[in-house]
Amino acid sequence: MLRRPLIYLACLVWAPVALALEDPKTQLKDPMKSGMWDYHQIELLGDPENIRFDDRVIVRGPESAEDSLNVPLLVDASGIKNVKRIIVSADYGPIPHILTYYPEKAEPKIGLRFKIDQATAIRASVETHDGQWLIGSTYIDAAGGGCTAPAHAYASDDWEEKLGEIHGRLWAASGRARVIVDHPMDTGLSDGIPVFIIQNLSFESDEGDLMARVELYEPVNEDPAFSLYFEPGTLGGTLHVKGRDNNGNRINGVLSESETH
Amino acid sequence: MITRRYALGLLGAGALAPRAFAQARHVYDLTPVQIADGMWMIEGSTDYFSMQNGGAIVNIVLMKGDSGLILLDSGPSLRYGEALTTVARQLDLRGVTSVVNTHHHPDHFFGNQAFADRPIYALGETLAAAKAEGESFADAMYRLLGDWMRGTEVVPPTQVIDGGNVMIDGRAFHALPLGGHTAGDLALVDQKTGTLLTGDLVFYDRAPATPSADLTRWQQSLNELEKVEAAQLVPGHGPVDKTRAAIPQTRGYLTWLEDTLRTAARNGLDMVEIMETPLPAEYAAMGAEPGEFHRSVAHLFPGIELQELPRAN
Ligand SMILES: [Zn+2]
Repeated sequence: MLRRPLIYLACLVWAPVALALEDPKTQLKDPMKSGMWDYHQIELLGDPENIRFDDRVIVRGPESAEDSLNVPLLVDASGIKNVKRIIVSADYGPIPHILTYYPEKAEPKIGLRFKIDQATAIRASVETHDGQWLIGSTYIDAAGGGCTAPAHAYASDDWEEKLGEIHGRLWAASGRARVIVDHPMDTGLSDGIPVFIIQNLSFESDEGDLMARVELYEPVNEDPAFSLYFEPGTLGGTLHVKGRDNNGNRINGVLSESETH
Repeated sequence: MITRRYALGLLGAGALAPRAFAQARHVYDLTPVQIADGMWMIEGSTDYFSMQNGGAIVNIVLMKGDSGLILLDSGPSLRYGEALTTVARQLDLRGVTSVVNTHHHPDHFFGNQAFADRPIYALGETLAAAKAEGESFADAMYRLLGDWMRGTEVVPPTQVIDGGNVMIDGRAFHALPLGGHTAGDLALVDQKTGTLLTGDLVFYDRAPATPSADLTRWQQSLNELEKVEAAQLVPGHGPVDKTRAAIPQTRGYLTWLEDTLRTAARNGLDMVEIMETPLPAEYAAMGAEPGEFHRSVAHLFPGIELQELPRAN
């Protein structure tokens, strides 16, 4: 599969235009001064009234994206109680919405990787159960790789056999879970290659309780990789991973403390 | 290419480049220092590519041949290659008559364009990799260096060199066809002076760069280099080594890097958490740190993590 043309195209379809639109109901002073936040506040979050930037929403990433197809990000809202969901997004890029995390019984904290298109502000928008929106930001420079893929080979012949393969495990004592799902995560922005993405991943206990849930969008990296965080000692012996992609392929796996391959 | 013109257009508009540098004159200040009989080195900065250094971060060696100078690695841009042409004529009126590329990274061969009508030697793997990856390197270099790159086109090496004893323009070398920093890394022993020219298999007081690395093969190559009885060693980046310290330093760093990433994967850390780990003092003091470590996490961790984490279905 050809992946680099996809990235070039993504560069070309998006020009950083100043969009003429109405002001949001609550106008914020954007600490990143990106010029796009008002637009996303309306389009992505639905123009909520009760919204503000909040230092307790921590977004950490590299200063510069070395591999534009695999930019790591750590979103940590564990200083906030009562989190319903976290929307992670990029201000600039052909598809702003990266993912939505529903922490359920996990900490409101998630590690992820995504595809970056250009230097941009990255946001984590936290919605609480009592209807507040609290926003955190960081800025990631992509001039060092930008739209250009670095020196990796992305072509592979055996991706179909590996589709849905899961690597991962739990660390109950430290409350960590790590999961990597083999999937192309094609954005659909390239001619002839339709959108092909995992749409959701759920994490359930042995008893079938929903522990955490992720909704994925096109910018999530190829072979999505997530870190989930639980209060130390609260994880049982296993965590069941369930999901599906937009072609109806099921994803199933079990994370445990086992170190064996 | 559209992407490159786009990048330069942005720079011209002042959207990306710090203004002071965008308006500064783009002139490379190259100073050859004699390091042996008939051998000069232009020592690069130990920093990463920047608008300030124009990508002049690489060590260049010039050696007397029968018909002129033999150039080992050609720098990051056409403009750099042209500056080398001028400097070479001051050492030998006949200038550069042959070129060797140690490997296919852009700082080592993007000056080839200034010597396109002369033989340019490299390993077969380097020739193939320069053709396969040259254009994507060029895009990245235009974005990193802006106007310093103006006019630069990818000119891959033309002549394949093999291992063993080779003559280049009447000068005798022992060629070691190695790899691990990239798919093909050429080291040369200059027979006349006993100088070991390692390319980027060895870094000295500058963090090793890993965008194309195979760490296991790199360590094997270092073992081969360790066997060479050399009077001095010229690394790809960093000062001349006369005390046999550079190879153990490179080996130590690569061992530490791999151990750090594997341990992190086994403990469930992800890349951002690893990048925030402080470096040991001996490595923190190296040129280009901690940036090079952060880039290595991006290059190497996804693959290492898949090896370390168990299957879950
Ligand atoms: Zn190199």
